[in-house]
Amino acid sequence: MASTIRVRATNNGDITEVQALIQHPMDSGFVKDSKGEIIPAHFIQQLTFEYDGKPVFLADWGGGVSKDPYVKFAFKGGKKGDELKVSWVDNKGATDSTTAKIG
Amino acid sequence: MSKTELGFSRRVILQGAGAVALVGLGSTTFGWPAFAAANDKYPEEAFKQKSGADAIKSLYGKTAEASDKIKLDAPEIAENGAVVPVSVTTTLSDVSSISFLVAENPIVLVASYRIPAGTVPSVANRIKMAKTSKVTVLVEAGGKLYSADKEVKVTVGGCGG
Repeated sequence: MASTIRVRATNNGDITEVQALIQHPMDSGFVKDSKGEIIPAHFIQQLTFEYDGKPVFLADWGGGVSKDPYVKFAFKGGKKGDELKVSWVDNKGATDSTTAKIG
Repeated sequence: MSKTELGFSRRVILQGAGAVALVGLGSTTFGWPAFAAANDKYPEEAFKQKSGADAIKSLYGKTAEASDKIKLDAPEIAENGAVVPVSVTTTLSDVSSISFLVAENPIVLVASYRIPAGTVPSVANRIKMAKTSKVTVLVEAGGKLYSADKEVKVTVGGCGG
């Protein structure tokens, strides 16, 4: 199955900039469908980025993060060609992960 | 059941070996990263709070002081409350955490980011806003908590209403 995670990591000397876009409904649990029934909460709770076996960024998310969430951050270090591992887990216990090469 | 010379049945030895192997796997559960961070648990309680003060207390256990060293970028007017781009950058040093709150959302805490040493204290994300509201960013730096806020007008609410 194709990953839900699209990552672009770019190293500019000292700093590696990371952008990630993830396919996920991020349903808050507050929205009703056309029949007036609540669409159950279904959102990513934790998203982690690891480089060289260590976490470089960790997101704790709630249903208030937009659908198909996007996040951008940067960390010191990282080398072109090295790998960045990205994983998430949602409130239903589903997970996905991917590795991206730093460009 | 056959017994080895030590008197233990082969089954017991295999079970013991299996238990030791599983303990070895304990630090990496199905690829989930093993953190060096002191506390990597999801702040479930904080994501249930309906007031900013309660969310901050649950998440950080301290109160925030306003800081002009935090630059919060959010639109003056958000045309689509379901997708509001908000970013923050700060010149505060020793940042360990950055969080976003939307005062008028049913759950005030929207996102909280852990910033390990070596990560730039700057985050861009997209959040939902139920209606026009103050957006607050919290930055935990050097063990203290700082904040900045901005009023964002929302023309179409982000809760599907």
